[in-house]
Amino acid sequence: MTIEAAVFFLFALITVGSAAVVVLARSLIYNAFALLFTFFGVAGFYVMLGADFLAATQLLIYVGGILVLLLFGVMLTHKLYDLDLKTEVVQRAPGSIVALGIFAVLAFTALRTPWAVGPGRPPAPTTREIGELFMSRYLLPFEAASILLLVALIGAAMIVRRRKEA
Amino acid sequence: MEIGLQHYLLVSAALFSLGLLGVLTRRNAVNVLMGIELILNAANINLVAFSRYGIGNLQGQLFGVFVIVIAAAETAVGLAIVLTMYRLRRTPNLDEADILRG
Repeated sequence: MTIEAAVFFLFALITVGSAAVVVLARSLIYNAFALLFTFFGVAGFYVMLGADFLAATQLLIYVGGILVLLLFGVMLTHKLYDLDLKTEVVQRAPGSIVALGIFAVLAFTALRTPWAVGPGRPPAPTTREIGELFMSRYLLPFEAASILLLVALIGAAMIVRRRKEA
Repeated sequence: MEIGLQHYLLVSAALFSLGLLGVLTRRNAVNVLMGIELILNAANINLVAFSRYGIGNLQGQLFGVFVIVIAAAETAVGLAIVLTMYRLRRTPNLDEADILRG
């Protein structure tokens, strides 16, 4: 087994194992902190795939932004001192059957499809190239994404704003 | 043993299924948002893996950046909705948010 395979399986164990904790553990705090390790594992995959810019973005935005936001969500929607942080699971059997079925279909597809594997892209710094693509060929989606973020920012602030009691 | 495209696709399939399980079986809205994050991460692994093992351009990684942007917007708006629901109904559970039911 090469070192690459060993590192891959380590990251796979971290990612899938902590994703299982996210989904199956009862405590919301455990869920949130397991999500941290899942994000780290995915960032490790990005590094292995030669996507250095995306790995840094993953750490900055997911770990630094989205996870903190989710923790705020946990804290603000529960009374922390009531030990009320357990969540119930509903529809356990149908949900498991659907998830297992989807996994079987996806795994079958991944293994049986003759993927058009090309020469590939050897690991090389990507930041400069991504920046140039954003500023040239993908300028319109880039601007659309910035509008989307602005709309989401204003919309989120408007939704949670306290209205005056009418 | 050589790590190839299919290994990444399998990990991503597992991540997607776990996220789907979370979305389907959890009552708490914040947990459902966590499941959606898992699903988006699974899709992102696929995009980057195809970018690495495909014809060798960067489009997959660019798509990955857009997926992260949309995930951030989705989480912000989703949590705003959850907080408003909690303020109005005093519950974070999705099946108790049935105020529109006729």
